[in-house]
Amino acid sequence: MNKSKLTAAFLALLKRDLTLAFRHRAELFNPFLFFILVVTLFPLATGAESKLLQTIAPAIIWVAALLASMLSLDAIFRSDFEDGSLELLLLNSHPTSVLVLAKVLAHWLITGLPLVLIAPFLALFLGLDQDVIVLLVITLLLGTPVLSFIGAVAMALTVGLKRGGILLSLLVLPLYVPVLIFSTNAIEMGASGLPVTAQLWILSSLLLLSITLTPWPTAAALKLSLS
Amino acid sequence: MSSPPFFYKTAGQWTPWLAGLSIILLLVGLYGGLIYAPTDYQQGESYRIIYIHVPAAWMSLFVYVAMAVSGAIGLIWRIKLAEIVTVCSAPVGAGFTLLALVTGSLWGKPMWGTYWVWDARLTSELLLLFLYLGVMSLYSAIPDKRVASRAVALLALVGVVNIPIIHYSVEWWNTLHQGPTVTKFDKPSIDIRMLVPLLIMAVAFKVFYVWSLFLRIRVELIERERNTQWVKALVQTK
Repeated sequence: MNKSKLTAAFLALLKRDLTLAFRHRAELFNPFLFFILVVTLFPLATGAESKLLQTIAPAIIWVAALLASMLSLDAIFRSDFEDGSLELLLLNSHPTSVLVLAKVLAHWLITGLPLVLIAPFLALFLGLDQDVIVLLVITLLLGTPVLSFIGAVAMALTVGLKRGGILLSLLVLPLYVPVLIFSTNAIEMGASGLPVTAQLWILSSLLLLSITLTPWPTAAALKLSLS
Repeated sequence: MSSPPFFYKTAGQWTPWLAGLSIILLLVGLYGGLIYAPTDYQQGESYRIIYIHVPAAWMSLFVYVAMAVSGAIGLIWRIKLAEIVTVCSAPVGAGFTLLALVTGSLWGKPMWGTYWVWDARLTSELLLLFLYLGVMSLYSAIPDKRVASRAVALLALVGVVNIPIIHYSVEWWNTLHQGPTVTKFDKPSIDIRMLVPLLIMAVAFKVFYVWSLFLRIRVELIERERNTQWVKALVQTK
């Protein structure tokens, strides 16, 4: 009885966030466009030498994804904080951590998944091989949700602040480092034909850790920000 | 014990002793390290920077853990003093981290031929510095100091869970990207005459940390409790 109520609340919140996002289509595309733009800048800056681009393509795509997902963090809690619905969310009887999980999941579906879907095309432009592209997509699928979960903690800590932007990047980017290292390393190793199962297992465990551990500090931080 | 007026008074009595002890230990350790310890047969005299570098690097991690532990205590039992310990530890820890970075790169110049190498230890130390700076700027960004110190405690806890992950990922990244660089302490043994000054310096740095922590806590206490009776009484008697 109680359990099914919680599931219903989880799904309702997920649906609400997705609907809200689709009603604001322009905002929906912003991180996505940012991602494409940043990737486009690199060939312009390094020159269109295909050999160089091919070697640094995984790094370019991953760093761009990192920045795009960091910029999109604001959307998780900001508007809910401003119109007061976040407060209602904390006041209801369901555990906040589960509701946070729904919000972060919705956020990833809106901002993370599009990046994963567009990445193969960008990788193609940068001249990556097909096998490597598959690997890139796998690492993005495993890695970008981790970014959303970790980012949610920092976002919850800074949501009450007027100018949280640069502070947010200072809080978040050092914590993103492991994901970046294991993902790009997996792609690099895969490109030279070495086994990458270890890196993928580590990325998966980072994902599981972040799903299970981060909702608590996020919920606690939200309570602090609203106190 | 953790009541602000009591702690303020006790810490005030302790500080001269801590100051004296840490200065004596620092002088003894430096004498031991710079003069008494023998010259290294491989690195010559330039290895002597370890007497600053290594204790600073140890402290950089130690202070972060201390910060997280006191943060947890503050969050769980709502002890004001524990929150203040967390907040006041951050700048000291950041200082140690910066010191470790600077001395590390100074040592790198004669050894590696360049000031900066993307060595695993140096890189994770740099990330640790960013974690400290994040804690400090989060604290200064939130106007309500009670809320700010609890936010900082949360952040320190998240950070302390992440530090091992970051550390091992950087180590992994480094060992696969470039050949192993000179590792300083993987030598099977270190001469006892070199080791003793190093340990003295480590203790001296710890005492120094407690000393500066006490100074900071006292200032922070007066600032936070400025509207209470005991601070007003304190100001009037002075």
